[in-house]
Amino acid sequence: MSRFEGIYALWLREFIVFTRERSRIVTSIFSPILWLFAFGVGLGSSIKIGDLNYQLFIYPGILAQTILFSGVFYGVYIVWDRKIDILKAVLVAPLSRTSIFVGKVLGGCTDSMIQAFVMLMISFALGIHLTPIGFLFSLLFIFLLALSLVSTGLIIGSLMESPEGFNMVVSFLVFPLFFFSGALFPLDNIPFWLSIITYLDPVTYGVDGLRTVILGVSRFPFYVDLGVLAAFAAVMFTVGTKAFDRMK
Amino acid sequence: MQNSIETFDLTKHFKGTKAVDRLNVKIKQGEIFGLLGPNGAGKTTTISMLCTILKPTEGTATINGYDILKDPHNVRKSIGIVFQEPSVDDILTGRENLRLHTMWYSVPREIRDKRIDEVLQLVGLEKRQNSLVKTYSGGMRRRLELARGLLHLPKVLFLDEPTLGLDPQTREHIWEYIEDMSKQREMTIVLTTHYMEEADRLCNRIAIIDEGRIVVMDSPLSLKESVGGDIVCLKTDPANVERFRTIESVSKIEADDNNIVLTVRNASQNLKEILDVAGKIDSVEIRSASLNDVFLKYTGKEIRVESGEGGLFERVMRARTSK
Repeated sequence: MSRFEGIYALWLREFIVFTRERSRIVTSIFSPILWLFAFGVGLGSSIKIGDLNYQLFIYPGILAQTILFSGVFYGVYIVWDRKIDILKAVLVAPLSRTSIFVGKVLGGCTDSMIQAFVMLMISFALGIHLTPIGFLFSLLFIFLLALSLVSTGLIIGSLMESPEGFNMVVSFLVFPLFFFSGALFPLDNIPFWLSIITYLDPVTYGVDGLRTVILGVSRFPFYVDLGVLAAFAAVMFTVGTKAFDRMK
Repeated sequence: MQNSIETFDLTKHFKGTKAVDRLNVKIKQGEIFGLLGPNGAGKTTTISMLCTILKPTEGTATINGYDILKDPHNVRKSIGIVFQEPSVDDILTGRENLRLHTMWYSVPREIRDKRIDEVLQLVGLEKRQNSLVKTYSGGMRRRLELARGLLHLPKVLFLDEPTLGLDPQTREHIWEYIEDMSKQREMTIVLTTHYMEEADRLCNRIAIIDEGRIVVMDSPLSLKESVGGDIVCLKTDPANVERFRTIESVSKIEADDNNIVLTVRNASQNLKEILDVAGKIDSVEIRSASLNDVFLKYTGKEIRVESGEGGLFERVMRARTSK
């Protein structure tokens, strides 16, 4: 019981910080909105993807992007926590490293889910008709994406000593993950070499899954999207607990 | 009585340098034990190992009967720690910091608020408990850190330079809390410091450490007695130095430029003889031996105080005690 309370306390800390730093929500929502309304409308005025308006086509991709960026960059807080010494107090408390990792991951997932929820509200403004089932499955995909990407961010964070170093490494990671995920283009007519890369990008399956449940358009079968994403989340989560065990 | 802390050849190497070199101490329950030494002597490294956040290169230790290597979880349950660099959370309020801490340490739910109120009162932060910690002064942060360390009533409390850089008034308060805790709760307290007065005032026993080794370990009183008397400083012609060797009560003579420093048994009674021998002098100062003299005796070095505020405080205290 005490273990869950410890995790709850760690999560609660992250949540309080999130509500206190509202600028985090605003800045994390600003960029996706820019993508949807500048890039989406701009390029959408000239092109269509099948029967779909381009802005609608990229909406699930931009939703995934929101989680990708906020999730992975969340890892910087573990670097800061170490740098400003507040993590020491947690490390000497009778909490296991796994509990600390779980608390941090849940905190990050909550941040990402709140941001994704705001993005889901925007879907109504775009004229997307989400069914209740579609909404619930969206949340499932959002959660799996958040779980895997927050874990990834925390793993990198546990290895880095400076926030600057963290940002460098993560920039090299998130942009390829985003651009090769099919968030901005369909995967049907692309050259072979590109399709190989997109298949290796786990975010691809999140984008495709979200596109399936939100727009009813997909590249892979639903169970493939769900299976790959769940496996990715499980792997990153497990690696994350190990990374926290080793963290100094 | 059971030993709260025992170390067995506790050792830590950092890239070839021996930060802590085969430390062996036994600390009794309820004791206030001081680790005294200059910066870089290995005090913080020792505490970090005992708190399970740093793994020893060799050796081990037990705290409250639990091995720091085999049972770190129970060690952490038994201890509280006040870090040298405050580790309270800036973005939270004082009370929130304490509340989370009670949850980490599984303080029973029904007594949480009561405990939090108690420690807040103890450190005098009731009025500011709902302000964000980032609005606190350095002294308030340290007091909050101390409150947090006491919150779960640990069996052993580690204080790493608890009053570094604090003003004299706050320092006095903190000393009082530490003494109270030790008496009322039979809490074992280990503190590191490079302030002589702090160690002298609080500790039942002191280990003087230098370059990772314990140089000498005893009660402050015995340590000061081991210097062999009082300290008499004379400003006079250094050519006279040989004359003092004839005086029986003088146990040690040091001279530089025109200062002669003598260690004298019962200086107040033997002063006349010294002054007679000295002949013409510019000034004379007598003081009782301090821990600094002890440190000097055993290591040949002085402990320098590096913090600005602390330095002023030291000077004020010295001026007072030398009167």
